[in-house]
Amino acid sequence: MLVFENGSKGRYATAQAPKRNDAVNDIPESLLRKSAPCLPEVSELQAVRHFTNLSRKNFSIDTQFYPLGSCTMKYNPKGAQKAAMLPGFIARHPLAPESHSQGYLSCVYDLQEILKEVTGMSGVSLSPMAGAQGEFAGVAMIKAYHEGRKDFARTEIIVPEAAHGTNPATAVMCGYKVKEIPVKADGDVDLEALKEAVGPQTAGIMMTNPSTCGVFERQVEAIAKTVHDAGGLLYYDGANLNAILGKVRPGDMGFDVLHMNLHKTFATPHGGGGPGSGPVAVGERLLPYLPTPIAGCEQQDSGIKRYHWIDETGLPDTIGRLSTFMGNAGIILRAYIYAVMLGKEGLHRVGEFSTLNANYMAKLMSDAGFELAYKDRRATHEFIITLSQQAKTLGVSAMDFAKRLLDYGYHAPTTYFPLLVPECFLIEPTETESINELEGFVEAMIAIQKEAENSPDTVRGAPFTQPVRRLDDVKAARELDVAYTPE
Amino acid sequence: MPFIPHTEQDIQKMLSVIGAQSIDDLFDEIPAHLRAKPLDGVPDGLGEMEMIRLLSDRAQQDEGALCFIGAGAYEHHIPAAVWDVATRGEFLTAYTPYQAEASQGTLQLVYEYQSMMCQLTGLDVSNASLYDGASGLAEAVLMAVRANRKSKSKKILIAGSVHPLYQKVVTDIVGNQGIELDVLPIDSQTLCLDHSALNNFEEQDYAALVIPQPNFMGSLEDVNALTNWGQANGMLVIAVVNPTALALLSPPGEWGDNGADIAVGEGQPLGLPLASGGPYFGFICCKQKLVRQMPGRIIGRTVDLEGKEGFTLTLQAREQHIRRSKATSNICTNQGLAVTAATIYMTLLGYEGLSRVAKASHQNASLLADKLKTLDGVNVRTKGAFFHEFVLEIDSKRDSSVQAVLENMAEQGVLGGFDISPYYSDLKYCFLVCVTEVKSESDLDLFKASLARALEGVA
Repeated sequence: MLVFENGSKGRYATAQAPKRNDAVNDIPESLLRKSAPCLPEVSELQAVRHFTNLSRKNFSIDTQFYPLGSCTMKYNPKGAQKAAMLPGFIARHPLAPESHSQGYLSCVYDLQEILKEVTGMSGVSLSPMAGAQGEFAGVAMIKAYHEGRKDFARTEIIVPEAAHGTNPATAVMCGYKVKEIPVKADGDVDLEALKEAVGPQTAGIMMTNPSTCGVFERQVEAIAKTVHDAGGLLYYDGANLNAILGKVRPGDMGFDVLHMNLHKTFATPHGGGGPGSGPVAVGERLLPYLPTPIAGCEQQDSGIKRYHWIDETGLPDTIGRLSTFMGNAGIILRAYIYAVMLGKEGLHRVGEFSTLNANYMAKLMSDAGFELAYKDRRATHEFIITLSQQAKTLGVSAMDFAKRLLDYGYHAPTTYFPLLVPECFLIEPTETESINELEGFVEAMIAIQKEAENSPDTVRGAPFTQPVRRLDDVKAARELDVAYTPE
Repeated sequence: MPFIPHTEQDIQKMLSVIGAQSIDDLFDEIPAHLRAKPLDGVPDGLGEMEMIRLLSDRAQQDEGALCFIGAGAYEHHIPAAVWDVATRGEFLTAYTPYQAEASQGTLQLVYEYQSMMCQLTGLDVSNASLYDGASGLAEAVLMAVRANRKSKSKKILIAGSVHPLYQKVVTDIVGNQGIELDVLPIDSQTLCLDHSALNNFEEQDYAALVIPQPNFMGSLEDVNALTNWGQANGMLVIAVVNPTALALLSPPGEWGDNGADIAVGEGQPLGLPLASGGPYFGFICCKQKLVRQMPGRIIGRTVDLEGKEGFTLTLQAREQHIRRSKATSNICTNQGLAVTAATIYMTLLGYEGLSRVAKASHQNASLLADKLKTLDGVNVRTKGAFFHEFVLEIDSKRDSSVQAVLENMAEQGVLGGFDISPYYSDLKYCFLVCVTEVKSESDLDLFKASLARALEGVA
């Protein structure tokens, strides 16, 4: 039942609104609202019960194994949640003077320094509010760099065909044309095709490494050389940074600019689809173009550190401002807290144990007869299986397996991505899952395989145990109903 | 190991199944000379106990001042139930509802959110949210350029009374696609748009007109006349609105003869703490005919194969994960958790509660403005109708800078407002003061006393 359908006229959470209700008489009639909007009319208890019950219809990390490839659904520490909601942080107005912001600014500054170290880059800005905005900032900096050198001929961004959809969409938002290059059967970029693609029109390349194929791009240095020799820059999409955290740094691989997804690698909650946070890190060449604001720090003679904001006055060539204030501050705090708790030894382990978990699962699944898409390669923090045999011989698709997994109490992996592997699952267990969950998931897959062979309709008709069965997406798009309207 | 559950026994078992000697062997496809050295620039890890101590010390440094700054982020009472329920793990630690059957909680909530935003704005369609108000306006501008069939123009006309930081963000984001902004001048006496300047812009082709209500300075624009003027000149009208104010003021869908075409704004006043500027969320609503140009996620109501009501992501063919370089935007996430909080907030308050919040905020602000009229050395610069925020001017004869006055007040524990002098050459001695329902009358008296002392102190 919708919350609108459970109310009574005139009811609201009386304790939560001001008691006074004087009429407003200093605003012209023509500017005032004439009719009441239809908002819910429920008591505080009704509201709490409605939304608590809604929450119980969700899968989440706190309740289920959630191996959604490329999304890094790891445990979100409760301590980070609690500390980020301390009153001093919650109540600070974004435009409060620096004298009343030293606590928050010190956290921002310290996180910038930590991210510089783990990425091997020279400068960091935390202002982009999501991965896609980080990408936008990164490509805008590439553009500003070329234009700063009066090189206006560079009109193209190269992306491998396996790239996330945000990469080409971002390049277009920055005014670039997109050139896709093929990926070889072993999952690496087709270097010969890249060599043919680059030229004086190349602004840069956007790459994810490990790639969305779940393998490490072994020719990364040759790719860097090819693009740099052509005068282009290298963009690192940090979607898969979790795989290599503490093991290899984008700066050392030759990248000029990157974004990180703090909601993936730094364990901040995904919140049902956001907020994220997408800081950017750059090498020396792009330092002048970082988006603002950035936290700066001066050590006074007394040894006391004073923190301040750096805006366009201090960084005149900046690509500018991407949010009203200073990005998703609360997410930045949670990521900082996570980094503080892990420390240098803990950050190392992220890459190690996420990779151990993925390789273990990949081996178990391969031993159980599932086909790995890149069976001769090491898995990274994620791996791909293809169910195209099942689809062909049993008429049971990857989608069917995904829906049936829900009945077994597991969130489905990412399905049908990357697009170049048919009927695929992209599986990312993360380092915070124990061997018990990994084995449980594989056992569920084996059980579903048996069902697919013996009673395929059970799999094709799944799920059976969720609040709804499969939904009619065609009807949703054709008979568009995106808002409740009162009768 | 923090947050990693593996025992030594687990590790050995896993390695032997994989057929590797050590965890390091799993990285053997990475060239050896590229492997990272220890991250010496990162401090050693802290336990939760030490971490809480560190963070509490830092949070306390920023605590305690009485805040009268608004300028786009507003302090309202947040019912305890809002974040108690919103931070349940099932909302907090879920992701984008790709598996609709296992995400009905988030999906239904967002559908309810979309419904409430349509009601508040008087428009037909809302998306599931954007990042924040300023970046939301940038998306609205891009949307208008795509959607305006009558105009091929890549130029936008924006009111000079739109928040200056919004103007900056929009310019910085859309400039990369060759879209230009022309600014409509404001009248420094009325603090609203200068209507006599409008005819200077009639000859040019603009894709859209951006109108704020209330405007950055809290003043109310004549949105009906402006909407009619913009549409008569072939522009789509984009409204930038405060959602709390919409409980009191005319909704964009009812502006002028035909209503604004798109409404955007900052969702923060709806149950989100100030929290240094985020996470907030941007809302965007539009007329039905523009729905296919809408950026970001949209949730639709449908039925399952047994005919039972359910909710799902819809119109995904607009989005980057399907359309790639031809998508309406590169946006991927929304601000789901912030929207969860806002939906619970609007549900608790309803229209009755929300309009009381709007009225109490406005009346508190009016009360402070009245009190300050008897204070020597300052003038209330705002003359016409306004909403919960007004401009205060230091008597220019004193020649004390706004910055000095505000710093003096801050030392007294009162954050007195936002200095607007850098943004408007005609308003050199002015700052913006905001009052909401959370302030008591004694807080207002404290403001006045603190300002009086500051004016003495810097005289």
